[in-house]
Amino acid sequence: MTDQLIDFFLLMKSELLLLAVIFIMLFMNITAKENADGTPVDNNHSILVTANILLLLNFLAGFFMNTSGNLFGDSFTSTELTAFQKNILNLGTLLVSLQSYTWLKTHKHVMEFYMLLLATLLGMFLMISSQHMLLFYLGLELSTIPLAALVNFDLEKKKSAEAAMKMIMMSAFSSALLLFGISLFYGTMGTLHFQEIPAALNGSDLQLYCLILLIAAFGFKISAVPFHFWTADVYEGAPVPVTSYLSVISKGSILFVMTTVLYNVFAGMGVEWYLIICVLAVATMITGNIFAVRQQNLKRLLAFSSIAQVGFILVGMSGQNTEGAVSVTYFIIIYIFSNLAALGVISVVSALTGKEKISDYKGFYKTNPMLSWILAIALFSLAGIPPTSGFFGKFFLLLAGAGNGNYTLVIIAALNMIVSLYYYLKIVKAVFMDANEEPIPTINLAFFPKAGLLICLIGIIVTGLASGSYNYIQELFASL
Amino acid sequence: MTEIPISHMLFVSTALFFIGMYGFFTRRNMITMLMAIELMLNSVNINFVIFNKYLYPEKMDGIFFTIFVITIAAAEAAVAIAIIINLYRSHQSIDVEEADNLKN
Repeated sequence: MTDQLIDFFLLMKSELLLLAVIFIMLFMNITAKENADGTPVDNNHSILVTANILLLLNFLAGFFMNTSGNLFGDSFTSTELTAFQKNILNLGTLLVSLQSYTWLKTHKHVMEFYMLLLATLLGMFLMISSQHMLLFYLGLELSTIPLAALVNFDLEKKKSAEAAMKMIMMSAFSSALLLFGISLFYGTMGTLHFQEIPAALNGSDLQLYCLILLIAAFGFKISAVPFHFWTADVYEGAPVPVTSYLSVISKGSILFVMTTVLYNVFAGMGVEWYLIICVLAVATMITGNIFAVRQQNLKRLLAFSSIAQVGFILVGMSGQNTEGAVSVTYFIIIYIFSNLAALGVISVVSALTGKEKISDYKGFYKTNPMLSWILAIALFSLAGIPPTSGFFGKFFLLLAGAGNGNYTLVIIAALNMIVSLYYYLKIVKAVFMDANEEPIPTINLAFFPKAGLLICLIGIIVTGLASGSYNYIQELFASL
Repeated sequence: MTEIPISHMLFVSTALFFIGMYGFFTRRNMITMLMAIELMLNSVNINFVIFNKYLYPEKMDGIFFTIFVITIAAAEAAVAIAIIINLYRSHQSIDVEEADNLKN
């Protein structure tokens, strides 16, 4: 009995730890001292310090005591791989939390921010571990509904409300599509268990239709073209830390699950989904790049660039071999570091000055050399220029894509990387070369955002050069 | 009494789903759009229940799924309506055409 209990706790370790963090913060909220007008006594500083320390401990605890096994009638699984993927998301959340310090310092509802943020993270954990469509659906909803509330977090801003409305409508619509697909699957197979589905697949037209609905729902969440319409609006309207969370953590978790579902559960329909993924990849890369070229708002530009990055990830996913799954996971780690570094700089600038246009960043180097370098390195990594890790990430993605013999797809991807250089370098040019009468004033970074940016910077350089990281992920996938 | 064949039931649920989808794309009032989504989710519920009853009556998978879908649809509607109320405060309208500040 005790052994079973210990097993239970160890298998659900990441979820239970996260729940513990949520409850500790909830109790802190109850006991927090307030001024007469409802504002916290010391300007949120102590709350933010505690939150970041708890998240750091949560991340460090993710390295220890990881066991493999199943729970709840085999509908929940925990392996070394899921533990690793969850810990990647833990790290990303910690980085987002560090970077949101500047914004949250004066915010009235800081506790609610963490409640909602960690609730979505819990949903992602459940989703990654799920072995049953029901648990998968519950995790998906737990990770999207609070996110819509987070997008609306600056309640008084018009744009924020509009973005949240678009987000909740789109996510509700896409989950309706997903559910319709799942219900028809249930009709054809009589089971929704991931381990039982492969045997029940027969490749009938109805099942193909369900697969298309399923991939469409995934496409909405990872904002693949033609399901991307909400992305740019939501990213622009949301507060910048929420934008970074949406574009990196939320997307990353869905991509983890999508890889598992397509590779393991629907391996029997590989020919069908390979075609769909190829079409999606080409459309996503080209559309994302073309729209990104035209943007003047930095957040909007990064939104479209993140759409294009998803296109590259889909190229890797189309590889249909272990390298495909490994390179997707590897690229997501790199993408977390690079995109969070770029958005972290924008987040600090936006929180302090409210400027988000590319033209506002002219002459940024004169006043803020360190932030400029971080922004530049992050953008180089996003564009995929060596020796930053973005190059290695893209290289492995294309290599995995080429493994399936579809060289046209790889060539289109390579051409798109060249196009993407244009708009990334446009920002770098504005920052380093253009003169400006009124540049953004020199920013004194607080400790937390600085630490967050430095971790990202180290991550960008080390993940690429330390080849052990790729091999480690490969071993994790091989051990399944 | 003869039993109603499953195809009739499936026709109802599929029709409901696409009526909902049509409503979602054509209606401009946010509350009506939300109702359209609710229609789509309910068609899914009907699907689950009839598949469970007609094809796999030995296990309760479909019924369980339906209960969860109903619960989550309620949560989703609550958040969506909260967001729409907040939007109404700033825009003085719940027409999606009016909410176009984010277009460049």
